[in-house]
Amino acid sequence: MVESIVSTGMAIGCIYALIGITYNVMFTASRVFSFTAGTLGMLGGVLGSLFIAHMGMPVAAGFLLVLAAGAVFGIVTEIVAVRPVLKSLDQHLYVLSTLALALIVQQFTAIEWGTEARPFPRLFDIPRGGFDQQFWLPILACVVVIVGLELLYRHTLVGRAFLAISEDNYAARALGLPERSLRMASYALAGGIGALAGFAGGEMLLAFFGNAPILTFYGFVPVALGGMGSNRGAVVAGILLGLFQQAANFLVGGIFASVAVFTVFIIVLLARPEGLAGASLQRRV
Amino acid sequence: MLGAAGTFGAALPFLVLLVVGITFPLFGGGYWGVIATRACVYWVLVSGLNLVVGFAGQIAIGWVALLTLGAYTTSVLAAGNVMPALSPYLALAIAAVVGAIFGLLIGLPALRLRTFYFAITTLGFATIVTQVALAWQSVTGGGVGVPGPIFPEPFSSQWGLYYFCFGLAALCTWMTANVAHSRFGRALTAIRDAEVAAEASGISKPALLAVVFLFSGAVAAVAGGLFAALQSYITPDAFTLDLSVLFFIAILIGGRGSILGPLLGTILLTVLPEFAAPLVAWSTFLYAVLLLVIVLAMPGGIAEILDFQSRRPLESGREIVPRPDLLKQLLGAAPNAGALTLEQVALSFGGVRAIDGLDLEIRPNQVHGLIGPNGSGKTTTLNVISGYYVQQRGAVTLNGTALPALARHRRAHMRIARTFQTPRIVGSASVLENVMIGGSIDGEGTFVESLLSLPRHRRDEAMLRDSAILALAAVGLERLAPVRADRLQHSELRFTEIARALMLRPAFLLLDEPAAGLSAEEIRRLGALLLAIAGAGTGVLLVEHHADLIFDICHHVTVLNLGKKLAAGTPAEIRSHREVVNAYLGG
Repeated sequence: MVESIVSTGMAIGCIYALIGITYNVMFTASRVFSFTAGTLGMLGGVLGSLFIAHMGMPVAAGFLLVLAAGAVFGIVTEIVAVRPVLKSLDQHLYVLSTLALALIVQQFTAIEWGTEARPFPRLFDIPRGGFDQQFWLPILACVVVIVGLELLYRHTLVGRAFLAISEDNYAARALGLPERSLRMASYALAGGIGALAGFAGGEMLLAFFGNAPILTFYGFVPVALGGMGSNRGAVVAGILLGLFQQAANFLVGGIFASVAVFTVFIIVLLARPEGLAGASLQRRV
Repeated sequence: MLGAAGTFGAALPFLVLLVVGITFPLFGGGYWGVIATRACVYWVLVSGLNLVVGFAGQIAIGWVALLTLGAYTTSVLAAGNVMPALSPYLALAIAAVVGAIFGLLIGLPALRLRTFYFAITTLGFATIVTQVALAWQSVTGGGVGVPGPIFPEPFSSQWGLYYFCFGLAALCTWMTANVAHSRFGRALTAIRDAEVAAEASGISKPALLAVVFLFSGAVAAVAGGLFAALQSYITPDAFTLDLSVLFFIAILIGGRGSILGPLLGTILLTVLPEFAAPLVAWSTFLYAVLLLVIVLAMPGGIAEILDFQSRRPLESGREIVPRPDLLKQLLGAAPNAGALTLEQVALSFGGVRAIDGLDLEIRPNQVHGLIGPNGSGKTTTLNVISGYYVQQRGAVTLNGTALPALARHRRAHMRIARTFQTPRIVGSASVLENVMIGGSIDGEGTFVESLLSLPRHRRDEAMLRDSAILALAAVGLERLAPVRADRLQHSELRFTEIARALMLRPAFLLLDEPAAGLSAEEIRRLGALLLAIAGAGTGVLLVEHHADLIFDICHHVTVLNLGKKLAAGTPAEIRSHREVVNAYLGG
């Protein structure tokens, strides 16, 4: 049983962490938390099932198409829901615009794909058993993304430009960095990561439209616990969350697990709104 | 502001809806009765949520959780599958109490968290309530569900239930409209659009939001009980996030800070899908599209479309002519509050010493000027006095008593008022309402008294209105009283802020660059007004860049440089101070 808790918990935790990273990548580029993060995860599962199981595409082609679709949705999010409200004085508008976009996509999926959870195809034709692909795929995806982002941010010019606009938007623009293109690129990247989360975790989560709000919430918990914008924090907090949830599920039942996660989340947010590992104070007057 | 005709005009749409609602069974058939009852049930919830979302501006998207909670509480208690069955009315009342408690619990995070965090918290709560309803089979029946309550005669028939729900909906409309036109409603919009101004006016955000969440949770749970009675059988499936979206969007379509708009929005969203059967499946999709369109293109919603008054052009070439002679009447007997004193106050941000050992004394009856180059610590000094920062060393005392650290809203109770470098105004409220916000702490009635429009509430309103009109006349803006504040010119906003500050009958008035952006003539009138305010007994602290204004009206001037006092004395002494002239005035 311990084995099952650990493998399921790690895998689910890595999916939460990846959604958390999706939030973070969009946040660092625009100071906006987008409700579309969970929608991207849902799309990864639904589109993967659509391309591979229903349209019969090869796994590799389906995978690439899913990533591309995620990236496109990321760019659409930036153009439709983020850019028009960034300049607005009313700072909460982005909450509404990204929520609206997330709902539009979620409802469209519910109508066109159906409200039943459908199975996700097995990606590799290897026999089930032991540490199955449905467990190691999300973990692998998480490792790849973390290492990839680390390399991108630390060792490439584009990555450093990403960091620059997140550190100081005005200064970065004054230096001549193309802020808008970088923001769009960040959203495309976030879109790919979110879709990857849903794709890699497809076998566990299934292709189900209702995953969107669940991932939106549980994917934000690691961000809140790990610190806004901190990817490493999100991974640690995400895995802990997954393990805790699975352990509680097995040992004391689902009600307790959900209520406990929610309570911890609220308490942490109340005690440290900027996350356990972050610090920021805004001047208001 | 509004004559009898204006009041009637504002009430007319509600009266029409009331008549339509009462006579509805005469022309509505069986199925339409269900739709109409549903609209009433939804409105009971939305009316309360409107105070949270529309007035206080808190993005509560998971309010369906409270509907679920109320529906299950009422049904389970009335069905008696846990304990002996209760009367449905008692069950509904208990649900209201449970709803109020949970409304407060969900709402609490909003006291510290902003926008997205609060939104996601309510979303998480909604997810969890559904999961619990599914999993807690012994009580909720799990996926199988429980029967809803049946209200006894005369409310057991279809039209009986309709009239029951309609009555509650009408009651909720009346109560929330009362709150909207009370100091509480104005304070909520101030928290939404100008939080720092609300604090400076003595409005305590936690206390106010707590009551609103209690009320909103209670009516949402009552709506849940009615919903269960209407459905006659409830399962967790009935409470999807789609419903939350409907409630939330009804408010935004209607327009924030309005009662009529969200009411029409709720009716519209409930009825619209019924006209086109194929649309039912797409309704939430369409609501979401509508939300996006509204956010991007029409943030004011239906209420703004119906606001014909604000489209009439204002007269051009308006002049602000203050009437300082009215100040005596407005401010009353000269308050004797002693002096406001800063002693050796120091505050650093990181390595930067914003203020470094500052001494300052503001006395009643005097205008004290605080000048210095940019970054010399003027606004920081103001912010320490009004409680946004805590000094690291030294003391800020009022008549010998230290001011409480960080308790911004308590400054108003000590009659310390302030204005802001950028005017902080509720743009969608009228100028008069904005000024009335300044007198919030002088109201005596409680929230419940405002809810029910009891005598003390009406007395408060009359008193605040009279004072606000007087304050507007004193600063020279009484002709603009009924105008939406966001239509005013910059200089008019500055005088509006002063009028709002005067509502406190301040012992001390702190002004942060009040002359910025004013014409020479307006600056001269501002100077005369400030002198008259000081003459009425108030101690004025004037942070300003206009050297002429400072030297014209100040009794005492302190010059700051790099957080330290460079010089202090009468205007004449400062003008001849060699270092000041070199460092700042030029000469």
